[in-house]
Amino acid sequence: MSLLQVSDDELVPPPRDDPPLALGDGIRAGLPFALPTFAIGMSFGVLAEPVMGAWAAIAMSILVFGGAAQFASVTILAAGGSLASAVSAGLLINTRFLPMGLAVAPALRGGPLRRAAEGQTMVDASWAIANRGDGSFDRQLMIGATIPQAAAWWVGTAIGALGGALLGDPEALGLDAMFPAFYLALLAEEMRDRSMLSSALLGGAIALVLIPLAPPGIPVVAASLAALLGVRAR
Amino acid sequence: MTTVWITIALLTAGTVAIKALGPIALGGRTLPPRLSGVVARLAPSLLAALVVVDLFGGEDRTLVVDESAAGALAAAAALLARLPMIAAVVVAAVVTGVLRAV
Repeated sequence: MSLLQVSDDELVPPPRDDPPLALGDGIRAGLPFALPTFAIGMSFGVLAEPVMGAWAAIAMSILVFGGAAQFASVTILAAGGSLASAVSAGLLINTRFLPMGLAVAPALRGGPLRRAAEGQTMVDASWAIANRGDGSFDRQLMIGATIPQAAAWWVGTAIGALGGALLGDPEALGLDAMFPAFYLALLAEEMRDRSMLSSALLGGAIALVLIPLAPPGIPVVAASLAALLGVRAR
Repeated sequence: MTTVWITIALLTAGTVAIKALGPIALGGRTLPPRLSGVVARLAPSLLAALVVVDLFGGEDRTLVVDESAAGALAAAAALLARLPMIAAVVVAAVVTGVLRAV
């Protein structure tokens, strides 16, 4: 990948002469992110097994397929919280997929059903990888990059849930620190363009202020307002 | 045990709906060019918030600073030094794990 050329006229995106990307490019782009997802999936399996049993933990990773939401729900169930609060906490955390889905929508294909199905492949890492940085997204990159994410998440959960007793305490191993480091690495990719720094700082600040004030999930959704710094005056 | 399976079912249905909403609502239309800068900045905004929430969000709306903050700092240093992301993620876990062990 070459650095973006800085042109005098910022409104014109740089020409894209590269050949169109294929699914395989997405798989390759997603591979480095499989290790942290595997480790975090293992942590989830270890955490969830005593709460719900191994098979429910594995089913949850396959069906819900969203780490942050799964951790939130299981943590609430483990503390004896109600079904309603476990579900709403998980869904609030996944609300970020609303703005993310709007952003990626123009890149998807087909009728409403197919678009909805393609939208299901959206996970944080694949969505960020597919982001071209000019406001457009690459469909093949997103779908492709989700494949190693899914494999790592499912296998990690299974190993954690079925072999947790042998693995020990994931927190003692520092595995929970992989999650923020994983997002930090995705964020670093976005920082190729320095103009993104203001939105990153503001988004982080909004989240920090809202953590003690709002229910889980809301701080991240509200942080999407920091993207409004990019609205262009006419 | 049924509570668990109902939670999984509802969470699955809700997540599928949330992920489908944007693509269905917008269809094949493109966003107005004025908004392309907003879309471009959505990723840094959300990713920074995810880092912050993962690092400092405790249970019951508390702010928590623990060993993982040092791990994340080490990961940031690794990324600034242009180490591959896998190295940064492993560094975060090792630093955090070692600090918790001492």
